[in-house]
Amino acid sequence: MSLGKERPMIEVTSDWYLTLSAILFSIGFLGMMIRKNALIMFMCIELMLNAVNLTFITASNHLGLVDGQIAVFFVLVVAAAEVVVGLAIIVSIFKKQESASVDMLSSSKG
Amino acid sequence: MTDLLLFAIPGLFIILGALIVIFARNPVHNAMGLVLTLTSLAILYISLNATFVAMVQMLVYAGAVMTLFLFVIMMIGVDKPEQTKEEIKGQKLLISGTLILLVSVVVLIVLENGLNWNLLFPQSQNTFEGTPSLLASAMFTSWVFPFEVISILLIVATTAALALAYEFRKRETND
Repeated sequence: MSLGKERPMIEVTSDWYLTLSAILFSIGFLGMMIRKNALIMFMCIELMLNAVNLTFITASNHLGLVDGQIAVFFVLVVAAAEVVVGLAIIVSIFKKQESASVDMLSSSKG
Repeated sequence: MTDLLLFAIPGLFIILGALIVIFARNPVHNAMGLVLTLTSLAILYISLNATFVAMVQMLVYAGAVMTLFLFVIMMIGVDKPEQTKEEIKGQKLLISGTLILLVSVVVLIVLENGLNWNLLFPQSQNTFEGTPSLLASAMFTSWVFPFEVISILLIVATTAALALAYEFRKRETND
């Protein structure tokens, strides 16, 4: 690599991981806004939760503390519980109105 | 150089998978894109010294949660076209405006600081490997109360899912 001798080596720092995490969160948020299928909106929530997990792990590595990795476990459990209940609700809505689109859910308005 | 490759290749796959999740039309493709993102994230976790979390990510997320998603996709059918009619007035305009605002803010920050977030704390010299024994010794001492609370949450979620499914079955037999 002749290029590496002239320029200083590019070092991957925590900032890069945080930037990637911000991009991932924005993509998840974008999907949450533009899709109407409830299942795909759930997948976008998963994307956002994973972006937060990446931030936790980066912070854990950056600060040299183990607590960030413990927090990821709790986020993981909450995500699993949320998916179980959410998918059960989606299935029962689907059985009622043959569609998983969130636009037709105005009947749950108070 | 190895560091850069270990970051760039999974990073590209993460963004590619995320874009597949939000733009693909077939729900099975969306689920596969999510698997791609989660698997690449596990690789990044390993490069960040969180080996046990990476394994749990593969088993729980890419395994169990995605199986659940695929199960529901197969159950409610993949051939339903998504409804694209605008229900709320001016919805598309509002979303486009918000997105342009968000993107310009992110681009502005990146251009101003050049990928340098000026983190409050410097990089620690204390590096460790996230092995199961290290995580367990923290989780079962100082984090034991959140651990118990989260177990209650899991029981409640299981009961809720059972209750939802049971009510639906009862209604079906009554018809």
